[in-house]
Amino acid sequence: MAVSETVAATPPAATPTPPAPSRRRRGRNAAYWLYLLPGAALFLLVIGAPLVGTLYLSLTKWSGIGDPRWVGLDNYQQLLHDDVFWASFRNTVWMLVAMVVVPTLLGLLLAAVLFDVIGRRFKPRTAAALRAAFYLPQVLPVVVAGIVWGWILRPDGAFNSLLDAVGLGALRHDWLGDPGTALPAVMAVMIWVQIGYPVVVFMAALQRVDPELYEAAEVDGANWLHRFRAITLPQIRPETFVVALTCTIAALKVFGPIFALTRGGPDNATNVPSYFAYYTFFKKLQVGYGSAISMVLTLIIVVVAGIFIWMQARSERRDRGF
Amino acid sequence: MAVTLTPTSAPVTPARPVRDRHHRGVSRWVVLALVTVGALVMLVPFAFMLLNAFKSPGDYSSGGPLSWPTEFYTKGLRTYWTEVNFPLKFWNSAVIAGSVAVLGVAVSLLNAYALGIGRVRGRLWIVGLFLLANMLPQEALIYPLYYVAKQVGLYNTQLSVIIIFTVIQSAFGTYLLASVMGTFPRSLLEAAALDGAGKWTVLWRVVFPNLRPTLAVLLIFFFIWTWNEFLIPLVMLIDNQTQTIPVALASLQGDRLMDAPTTNAGALISLVPAILFFLIFQRTLARGITAGAEK
Repeated sequence: MAVSETVAATPPAATPTPPAPSRRRRGRNAAYWLYLLPGAALFLLVIGAPLVGTLYLSLTKWSGIGDPRWVGLDNYQQLLHDDVFWASFRNTVWMLVAMVVVPTLLGLLLAAVLFDVIGRRFKPRTAAALRAAFYLPQVLPVVVAGIVWGWILRPDGAFNSLLDAVGLGALRHDWLGDPGTALPAVMAVMIWVQIGYPVVVFMAALQRVDPELYEAAEVDGANWLHRFRAITLPQIRPETFVVALTCTIAALKVFGPIFALTRGGPDNATNVPSYFAYYTFFKKLQVGYGSAISMVLTLIIVVVAGIFIWMQARSERRDRGF
Repeated sequence: MAVTLTPTSAPVTPARPVRDRHHRGVSRWVVLALVTVGALVMLVPFAFMLLNAFKSPGDYSSGGPLSWPTEFYTKGLRTYWTEVNFPLKFWNSAVIAGSVAVLGVAVSLLNAYALGIGRVRGRLWIVGLFLLANMLPQEALIYPLYYVAKQVGLYNTQLSVIIIFTVIQSAFGTYLLASVMGTFPRSLLEAAALDGAGKWTVLWRVVFPNLRPTLAVLLIFFFIWTWNEFLIPLVMLIDNQTQTIPVALASLQGDRLMDAPTTNAGALISLVPAILFFLIFQRTLARGITAGAEK
């Protein structure tokens, strides 16, 4: 998920409009298509064709054996009345809270504090070590994180022992096994997994900000909160967009942690569209229905990404045009 | 929110900086203490993992997860190592992630050369298409890929996973590199063209050396992302001979073999390569990020 460390550092620059292509120039450019050929062929093979295939299968009933039977929009109609489907999307909203809202806000605050207070008033090494601690969970494979947390939250796991040790034994609980606490427990794990990503990206972004801005503000008597709002937030807005977008997509698609922690249970309390689709494909062998779930999820992701990119373009235009 | 506090607005004479309360005396220590506590909380699960990886099952059931091990027990580690055949799983993961990293960067470079420097027609749409491919949920591709892989005999082979992730990762790489190459100094390209260099020569002699830091970062990201991938390897690689570390670990879950110490030992071993890789390359990452920023 460290995607935007690079994205942040190299924001897609506004490409200068190329000179009007003369005929000769256009002829020269045509030769560049050759370089696109291998990539385009692979793209069609692995992304284009399978996507069309899933769209087609979503309009059929099929168990994976024999021939698919065309049923039109039946699968989609059935989805509208499927409680599990709606539950999975309600859980996605909670995953957005745990993977986008909380990490972005907390990450912003942490990065600003690490950079502005700890980085400047203590040794840079201190800030770097703290940043590394927050980033560490991002390094471990998310399935491994899920397995370790699954054990920690078990009835005989470390968390309950910890409660005992501090005298809160009355709170002992089967955190992942009880439908009432499973979702909050999964959310807590996801915050732990995600938090390091915005911290690292925002700290890299802050290095880009001209220190004179802060110095001048300090001379003018602006306190830390003023500076945070007037300088930090506007200056790192591009990175904020990238973090929010990539985390939102990750939250909509989340699969590995759910598979490792709860497999959607208990009683669908932690089911998400991605796991629901996987289960429908490979456990229930309802390929058409699984395809319909995947297509709805795809549509939502495309629309959400489109809205983000449109908002980002609009905010950039506003900045340029005053 | 406009930034009114530009450096020029106040002629900065080297006046004594006005320290606000957050930076004075005690409060900065309070901030440091709070952030440190937060960082320690982040590390607690790793401490649990370490503590319990070296406990015997008997020790675990009598002392619980928080007790100090009474003996330095390594059988959990060894059980995991041999039962899972960790060296083989490690090799599988390394082959897949390594191939994808190299091939993915190569494909990204070729694509981005046509889009960022060649500026072929409709490049914005093409870049958008690649970006979209990276965002798609893998569920939208998986069944046709699974079905076709079975038909052509690529099911349960690492080649299938390598091909799929080369495309998925290079979709992101194309997006990133195309925007980097969009700002590539034209004068360099024109100078090379005047010297009679063809497109292929320009790519390898001019563009490639200049982008090396960014390509190194991409290589590392592709490696780590592929190493950690789960859904597609889970579906495509079903037997012990082909599986990657995350898939092998997850399939063991619920198995009677996996008592608590073995679970922790397995997680610990699985974590080591990722941490080592991160430590070895974090300098490259930092360098590459700044190199990219200067472009």
